[in-house]
Amino acid sequence: MITLEHISKSFADKPVLKDVSGKFEKGKPNLIIGASGTGKSVLLKCIVGLAKPDTGAVFYDGRDFTHGDRDLKTEIRREIGMLFQGGALFDSKNVEGNVMFPLDILTEMKYADKIERVNFCLKRVGLENVNKKMPSELSGGMKKRVGIARAIVNNPNYLFCDEPNSGLDPQTSILIDELIQDISEDYNITTVVVTHDMNSVMGIGERIMFIYKGEKLWEGTNKDITHSGVKELDDFVFANKVMSHLRKEA
Amino acid sequence: MKEIGRYFIFLGSMLANRESFKTYYKLILEECMTVGVGSLMLFMLVSTFVGAVDTVQTAYNMLDSPLIPHYVIAQVVREMLVLELCPTIMALIFAGKVGGSIAGGLGTMRITEQIDALEVMGINSATYLVLPKIVACAVMYPLLVIFSMVCGMFGGYLVGMVTHIIAPVEFIQGLRSDFHPFTIIFALIKAFVFGFLISSISSFKGYYTQGGALEVGISSTDAVKTSVIAVLISDYLLAQLLLGR
Repeated sequence: MITLEHISKSFADKPVLKDVSGKFEKGKPNLIIGASGTGKSVLLKCIVGLAKPDTGAVFYDGRDFTHGDRDLKTEIRREIGMLFQGGALFDSKNVEGNVMFPLDILTEMKYADKIERVNFCLKRVGLENVNKKMPSELSGGMKKRVGIARAIVNNPNYLFCDEPNSGLDPQTSILIDELIQDISEDYNITTVVVTHDMNSVMGIGERIMFIYKGEKLWEGTNKDITHSGVKELDDFVFANKVMSHLRKEA
Repeated sequence: MKEIGRYFIFLGSMLANRESFKTYYKLILEECMTVGVGSLMLFMLVSTFVGAVDTVQTAYNMLDSPLIPHYVIAQVVREMLVLELCPTIMALIFAGKVGGSIAGGLGTMRITEQIDALEVMGINSATYLVLPKIVACAVMYPLLVIFSMVCGMFGGYLVGMVTHIIAPVEFIQGLRSDFHPFTIIFALIKAFVFGFLISSISSFKGYYTQGGALEVGISSTDAVKTSVIAVLISDYLLAQLLLGR
C-alpha cells in the first residue's frame, strides 16, 4: 500500500499541489483523474521521487520514501515499475534490450534466464516475435505494451502508469486498461494510473482520486462517480459527450 | 556563477550511488568506439590538410631568406602542430562533432522521459549516462591528438615532396632537430583537459534540457559554444602554467 500524507508542491511560488492525502491499495488499479494542468502528473512525480514535495511525505508500505536516505530510496525504487506517457523506451536498444535492461542492471541473472523472463513478459503483454525490432519501428500501442513489459520484468511491488491511453485508439486503450488491471490482480501489486480518459475510469476505476486545481476533491469508485454531488467532478465526467448522453437518457 | 555551481554539483552527483564496474566497463568501451573510432576519419582528413597548408604557408614566409635553412620549415610546422593546432584547433572540431552529439542525445533522452525512466528504476542516470562519455572522451581525445599530429606531419611531408618546397630528407631533419619531448607531454595534458571539459560541459547542457525539440537544438548549440570558450580559456591557463616564464 502507498500512503500520501499532506503533499504540497509549488513551482516558483505557484502552488500546484495543496495538501493532498490518500491511500493506494494493493491488487487493483488506483486512478488519479483530473483535467489537464491540475497537478496529476506532478503528484505522480512526487510519488515516484522525480520531484520532491515541499511538505508532506509518501510512504511505501510504511517506509518513508520522501525523507528516507539514499539507500532506502534506491531500495524502494528497485521495487517500482513505471509506464511513461510516451513509453520512454531507450532508442539505442531493441525491444529485447529495453525489456531486459532492468534485469541487466539490477540483477545477477544468467542470460538464458533473462531471455526466458523477457519472452514471458512480452508474451504477457501480447507481443511475440518483436524482440529484435527497434522502438522506432513500433506503433504507439506496441510501445506502451513494451513499456509495460519493461515495467513488470523485475517483479515490481508498485506499478505506475502515466496516461497509458494517450494517443491510442479506443480499442487499443481498452486492451491496455485490461492489461493493467489483470497485471495488478494477478501479481497483487499496488498500481497507480494517472489518466483523464473516462473510458478508463469507467472500465478499471475501482478506486479513484479526483484532483482539481491541485487539491483532492473527491475519492470513490466508478460506481458512484456519476452521482458524487461534486460540481467540479460532474463537469469533468460529463464533459464527455457519451457520458453526457447517458445521463440525459437516465 | 549559479550555472558553474550547478555544473560542479552535477559532476559530484556522478560519484554517488554507482552501479557495478562491470556495467561501466562495457559502456565505456562502447563510448570509446563512438567517440574515438567515429571521429578518426575526420581527424585524419583535417589534420593532413592542416599540416599541408601549414607547410606551404611557412615556406612562403621563409623561403626568400637565404639565412634560414629549409629544414626550419618542418621544425616550425612540427611546433605549430604539436603545441597548438592538433590539441586546440582539433578540440574545437571535437566540440562541434562529439560535444553537439552528446548534448543532443542526452537532451532527447531528457525530453522523451528516458532519463526519468532510469531514475525511477533506481539507477543514477548521471553516472550511468555521463560518466562513460567523460571517461571515453578524456581517454580517446589524447589518442586522436596523437593521430592528428602524425597525419599533420605526413600532410606537410607529402606537400613538400610533391611541390618541391622542401626535400623529404630536409623535412625529416626539421622534424627531428631541437625536439623537446615535453611539448608532446604538454599537448597530451591539454588534450586530456579538453576532452574532459568538452564531454562534461556538453553532458551538463544536454542533461538539464527542458522543453521540446527546439530546446534540444538550443542545448546542443549552447554546449558547443560553452565548450569552445572553456577550451580557449583553459588553453591559455595551461600554457601560462606549464610553459610560462
